Amino acid sequence: MKASLITESLQVRVLLSVVAVLFIAIFVGLPLAIVFAEALSKGFQAYTNAIMSENARSAIKLTLLVAAIAVPCNMVFGLAASWAITKFEFAGKRLLITFIELPFSVSPVISGLIYVLLFGTNSMLGEWLDRHDIQIIFAVPGLVIATIFVTFPFIARELIPLMEEQGTESEEAAIMLGASGWQTFWHVTLPNIKWGLFYGVLLCNARAMGEFGAVSVVSGHISGLTNTIPLHVEILYNEYNFAAAFAVASILTLLALCTLLIKSIIEYYFPYEVKALH
Amino acid sequence: MSIQVRNIIKHYGDTNVLDNVSLEVKSGELIALLGPSGSGKTTLLRIIAGMEMADSGTVLLDGREALSQKAGERRVGFVFQHYALFKHMTVFENVAFGLRVRPKNERLEEKEIRRKVMQLLTLVHLDKFHDRYPSHLSGGQRQRVALARALAVEPKLLLLDEPFGALDSKVRKELRRWMRRLHDEIHVTSIFVTHDQEEAMEVADRVIVMSNGKIEQMGTPGEVYHQPANSFVYDFLGNYNVFEGWKDEEGNTHLLEYDVKEDEPASQTVPLPRPGGWMSRYPEITHLLRKVLPGVLPGDTSILPIQKKKAARPNYDKPVKLFARPHELFVAKSPDEHEYIRAQVIHINPAGPLVKVEMERRNGNVLTAEVPKDVIDMLAIQKNDVVFVRPKNTRVFEGS
Amino acid sequence: MNSMNDARMKNSFKLKQPSVIPGFGFALGFTLLYLTLIVIIPLSGLFIKTATMPWHTFVSTVTAPRVMSAYKISFGISFIAALVNVFFGLIIAWVLVRYKLPMKKLFDAMIDLPFALPTAVAGIALSTLYSPHGWIGELLAPLGIRLAFNPAGITIALIFVGLPFVVRTVEPLLQDMDAELEEAAAGLGASRWQTFSRIIFPYICPALLTGFAMAFARGLGEYGSVIFIAGNVPMVSEIVPLVIITKLEQYDYAGATAIALTMLLASFILLLIINLLQRWGNGRMKS
Repeated sequence: MKASLITESLQVRVLLSVVAVLFIAIFVGLPLAIVFAEALSKGFQAYTNAIMSENARSAIKLTLLVAAIAVPCNMVFGLAASWAITKFEFAGKRLLITFIELPFSVSPVISGLIYVLLFGTNSMLGEWLDRHDIQIIFAVPGLVIATIFVTFPFIARELIPLMEEQGTESEEAAIMLGASGWQTFWHVTLPNIKWGLFYGVLLCNARAMGEFGAVSVVSGHISGLTNTIPLHVEILYNEYNFAAAFAVASILTLLALCTLLIKSIIEYYFPYEVKALH
Repeated sequence: MSIQVRNIIKHYGDTNVLDNVSLEVKSGELIALLGPSGSGKTTLLRIIAGMEMADSGTVLLDGREALSQKAGERRVGFVFQHYALFKHMTVFENVAFGLRVRPKNERLEEKEIRRKVMQLLTLVHLDKFHDRYPSHLSGGQRQRVALARALAVEPKLLLLDEPFGALDSKVRKELRRWMRRLHDEIHVTSIFVTHDQEEAMEVADRVIVMSNGKIEQMGTPGEVYHQPANSFVYDFLGNYNVFEGWKDEEGNTHLLEYDVKEDEPASQTVPLPRPGGWMSRYPEITHLLRKVLPGVLPGDTSILPIQKKKAARPNYDKPVKLFARPHELFVAKSPDEHEYIRAQVIHINPAGPLVKVEMERRNGNVLTAEVPKDVIDMLAIQKNDVVFVRPKNTRVFEGS
Repeated sequence: MNSMNDARMKNSFKLKQPSVIPGFGFALGFTLLYLTLIVIIPLSGLFIKTATMPWHTFVSTVTAPRVMSAYKISFGISFIAALVNVFFGLIIAWVLVRYKLPMKKLFDAMIDLPFALPTAVAGIALSTLYSPHGWIGELLAPLGIRLAFNPAGITIALIFVGLPFVVRTVEPLLQDMDAELEEAAAGLGASRWQTFSRIIFPYICPALLTGFAMAFARGLGEYGSVIFIAGNVPMVSEIVPLVIITKLEQYDYAGATAIALTMLLASFILLLIINLLQRWGNGRMKS
C-alpha cells in the first residue's frame, strides 16, 4: 500500500498480523495437522490396513458411486438453471434463485429428515414403495437423493455470477449467424464457462463425498451396505479406533486439500473465469 | 434488401422507448440512425434485427414480415458495439463460424469455407492475422473481424450498433472511410447506429435523427444540416449560438439584447454617433431624453430594424429564438447600421484555419464564432476587446 | 394519450421478455422439475406432516424442557461463535488484504478449509485436539480449562465452521475500497483509529452483518462438526439437530418433524434477513 498516511503503526500491524496468523494456525492448521498425525500414529502399515479394510473399501466404493450419480445430475441442473437465469429476463427470477440457495440454509439433519418422511415406512409413499419392494431410505437411492439435495446448489451458484457477467452478446451473435441453440451452447457458451464449471463440479464433488449429517439420517448405518466414508469414520471413532478413523478421514482431507489447491491454481491463471466466491 | 418499419411502439416499464416509429430503407442504402443516448436508436436496430420484439408495429424485410422467419434465416448480419467475438476461437474460426454451423445439407465443403473466409479476411486486411486470437488484436482489428464474420454468411442486411464507439478518434476516422469504401464495393443495405453526428454525416447516404423514441427528421446529410426540421435537429448536428428576438408586424425578426440593468430599455444597439446639433452639446440631456422617450428624438437609434425603416415597438408577444452557426456570425470592431450585439472577447482558440472566438455578452451568455484567420489579423482582435456581433444568417424556431 | 397509457400498463408486465436466444422453455422446465422433485415436494412433506399434528401436541413437543434447553444452546452458542468470527474474521480479512506476509497465499487458502473439509472429519479432528489428552486439551488442562465435551466445545466447533463466511464476505469490500477515502480522512487530521471507526467500519458494516448472519445460520444447523466434541449431554450440551436425530431413532417422527419445522422457520427468517442485508449492502456500494 501507499505511504504511511494510511497504514497503522508498526506495533499495531505486528499485533494484528500475529493475531490473525495465530488464529488461523490454531483453528485451521492444527485440526488439519492432527488428522495426519493421528492417521499415521500407529505407523504406515496400520494406515494402509485401515484404508484397505473391507468395510473401508466398500465405504469408498459407495461414496464414489453416490458422487458419480449426484454430481452429473447436479451438473445438468446447474447448466440448465444458469442458462435460464442468466440468458433471459423473466418474472420470479429472484424467487427461483432463493429456492436454489435453499439447501445452504437448511440443517443437514433436516435435509435427511425430509426424505425419511417422504419415503420412510410410515410415509405416504412408504406403503407404495413397500408393495413394490423398492427401498429408498436405509439404502443407496436414499443416500443419492439426500446427497443431491445438499449439493445441487454448488454448480449453479458458481455458474450464475460468471454467466451473468459474461452477458448474452456472444450467444446473440451466434444465433444471428445462424447457429442453433445447441450449437450456440456447445461452441460459444461452454468454452467460456469451462473453468467455472470445472471448479463448481470439484466443489460439488468434495461436498458430495464428505456429506455427513443428511446421509447419516437416511442411511441406517448398516456397515458394508449403506456406509459412506464419513459414516465409516464415525463408526471407527465411536469404537475408539482412532488411528483407523483418522486414516480413513485422511482420504477426504486429501480430497479437500486437492480441491483447494486446484481452486488456487485456477484463480491464479484464470482470475476472470471463476467468480462466485469473490 | 429493402426495409419497411411501420408504427413500432416499445415500452420498458413506464418509459416509451419507441413511440410510433416508421421508416423506409431502399435496397443498397447506407443509413445512419443518429441520436443521443436514450433516443431509442439501438432498440430500433435490435428490433429490425429480430433480437428484440416491439410491443406493436411491423417490420418488413423485402416485403416479408420479419417475425415470420427465425433469426438465423433472415440473412441479417449484426455487428455489436463491443464486437462479441468468440474469445476462444481464432480470427479464422470466428469468421468461419456462420458457415460451419449450417445444417449438413446446406453446409459448404471445408475447402470452400476456407476460401471464402480468407477472401473476406483479405477484404478487411486481416488475412495475416487469421490464426490470432481476439485478445491479441487491437480494437480496430477486432471490429473488422466482427464485420467479416457478419459478412461471411452473405447477409442481405447489415446492422451495426455503434460500431466505432469503443475506439479512439483516429482509428474511428480511418474505419469510417474504410466502411464507406466497403459499402461502395459490396452494396449491402446497411444501417448503423451512432451518437456521433460527424460520423453520420460523413458516412451515410441518409441520416435519421432520433430523440426520445421519435424520428425528428430523415434526409440526406445536407438536408438535415442545412434544413433542420426543428431545434433539436439543429442543435444535435452542430454548434450554434442562440439569440432572443422578436417578430414585428411585417414578420421581420429583430434581435433583443437583455441588459444587465433593469431600467435601461430592453432593446439597445450602440447609438450611432451623429455630428452637430444641440444633442451633441448636451449629451446628458440627450441621454436622459432618450431614456424617457425612446425612439422619439431624431437620430435616436435605440431601436433600429435591419432595413433601416422607422422602428416598430418591440412586440414581446411574439418571442422567437434566433439560431446561428459559429461560422454565420459576423464580428466587427465597430458597428454599422445593422443591429448588433455587444460582447467582450474572453478566449481565442487559434488552432485551425477558422479561429474560434468566444465572447461574453452583457447578459452573461457566451457566443462562439468561427472567423477566418485573416479577418482576425485584419481587425486585430484580441482577448478582452469589445466587439460587435451580428448573425448573418439565422434560423427561427417558434417559442422555446 | 389515455390509450397510450393503457397500452403501456398492459405491456409493462411481461412474464418473460422475448429474446432471440432459444432454449428457455427447456432449461426453465428442467430446472423447475428438478426443484419440485428434490426440494419442494420433500419440504412440503415436512409441512404437511406437522399440519396433521394437533396444535397442543406441537406446542408441548417444542417446549419440552430438553428441547428448550437445546434451542438455548444451539441459538446461544451459534450467536457467540458468530460474534467471535466477526471479530477475528475482520482482523484476518484486514491482514490478508492489506499487509504483506510471508506465505500469505497459504493462509488465504486455509481460510476455505472449513468450507471444503467434510464435517465429520472436522468433528473428529477438533474433538481429538481439544479433548483432555489432545494437543490443546493437554495444555489447558492444568489451567483448569476444558474445551471439549461441554458447551465450550460446541463453541469451538462452530467458530471453526463459521470462519470462512465472515472473512470471505468482508474481503472483497476491503479490497475494492478506495484508498483515497482514507487518504482524505488522514489529510483532514483523523487518527488511524478514527479513520477506521468512522469511515471504514461503516462501509464494511453491512458485509460484517451479512457474514455474521451466514455464520449464525450455518452454526444453527451444524451437526457433523459438533457432535464429536459436544458431549451431547441432554439439557447441558445437546444441540437441536441431535435432538431431532434422537427422536428419529426413537421413531418419534412427529416430534422430530415438529422441531425440524421450527428450525426450518428460523432458517427461512435468517435467509430473508441475509438477502435484505445483501441488498442493503449492494445499494450502499452503488452510491
